[in-house]
Amino acid sequence: MTKQKSRLIEIFEKYEQEILEDWMREQIASITYRKDLLTEAGLRKQSAELMGLIITASRSGNVTDISAPEWKPVLDFLAATSKTRAAQGFTTQETATFIFSLKQPVFARMKLELGTNAVALAEEIWIATVLLDKLGLFTAETYQKSREDIIRRQQMELLELSTPVIKIWEGILVLPLIGTLDDARTQVVMENLLQNVVDTNSSIAIIDITGVPAVDTLVAQNLIKTVSAARLMGAHCIISGIRPQIAQTMVHLGVEFGDVVTKASLADALKYAFQQAGITVT
Amino acid sequence: MSQKEPETIEIKISEDILRARQSVRTCMVDLGFSLIDQTKMVTAASELARNTIDYGKGGTMRIEYPAEEGRTGIRLIFLDHGPGIADIQQALKDGFTTGSGLGLGLGGSKRLVNDFEIRSEPDKGTQVTVTRWR
Ligand SMILES: Nc1ncnc2c1ncn2[C@@H]1O[C@H](COP(=O)(O)OP(=O)(O)O)[C@@H](O)[C@H]1O
Ligand SMILES: [Mg+2]
Repeated sequence: MTKQKSRLIEIFEKYEQEILEDWMREQIASITYRKDLLTEAGLRKQSAELMGLIITASRSGNVTDISAPEWKPVLDFLAATSKTRAAQGFTTQETATFIFSLKQPVFARMKLELGTNAVALAEEIWIATVLLDKLGLFTAETYQKSREDIIRRQQMELLELSTPVIKIWEGILVLPLIGTLDDARTQVVMENLLQNVVDTNSSIAIIDITGVPAVDTLVAQNLIKTVSAARLMGAHCIISGIRPQIAQTMVHLGVEFGDVVTKASLADALKYAFQQAGITVT
Repeated sequence: MSQKEPETIEIKISEDILRARQSVRTCMVDLGFSLIDQTKMVTAASELARNTIDYGKGGTMRIEYPAEEGRTGIRLIFLDHGPGIADIQQALKDGFTTGSGLGLGLGGSKRLVNDFEIRSEPDKGTQVTVTRWR
């Protein structure tokens, strides 16, 4: 096939309005259209802007290499749009539809323009497909990355939320741990606990691990670190909620909590703590 | 009983350890293992997956369902192409670590499973296979 200049730009320019209208129709008719998240006016504004940017970029004559500088405004716009959509709660599919639904209107106009020349039509459709697929893929990828960033941030927030330190009595703190205790989490837990020890001037801290599904050597090591740090601050730690299967696993692993007082249940730990603090509970 | 298909899970970042543990847990629940068996195997998986990342530069965990002599079980194969272990006997000793761990992961895992096999070649990588039978 002879390498001819693509007529894509011609078609874009000639039918800009028609393509935009068809594209809008496609998007609104699509099952992935989220009327609840994006108004028709908002969608139209985004679509028109992207259309304009694509036309400007295509004028350079390059409609294949989207990493070239002339396509940067298009990519920037797509990145911003998919980021917003990720934050608004669109799915990957819904976000990718934005680009992929442009195919049908473009193909329709090409057919109208080149209908009699099958070879040219095939060639142009191929060029348009490759271009729109690249743009669609780029959109999906940025969306994915934004989602991951959001999830990571939510995880961090969750991390802090899920490590509450409760002052259960004057001088007694309870720290119910839920989930696993990796290094990042240990840091949060430890800081939280130490800060609370200081703030409440507590002398006893109960770390309850009922909600921890498995104690491997890292979790054990991190618990011991936390207990030692609390001890340096003058607080005595009790580890409670060691379920039978966890105790047995720990024995096989060979990990021990050393001289740390351990109790089977939180109730036992509390009883012990009250005793230590000289509190009689009737 | 439905036949379970083997699967391979990437072990590259610390979140993968969580995923690996969850997969092992789910499979063992499906196979009807007791809570204590689940906890032992999940803990061993956690140790070996962390070694794969910390020392093996990342790798994979394969879950298989061996059946022989009328018994069935679950088998985990941790594979990496990291630096390998020069002295396996030493690595298995309780308290031995070249990192900052407790040095109980390998020895402990061995005690938590029914069958334990380790193969390693310097500069080629490490493969640890653990099996628990029902
Ligand atoms: N996959 C591996 N690749 C290379 N070396 C390993 C691997 N797994 C374990 N090792 C070596 O064996 C030692 C002992 O491992 P382990 O018993 O899990 O203790 P720890 O993880 O606390 O160091 C490690 O410190 C490391 O030197
Ligand atoms: Mg280890």
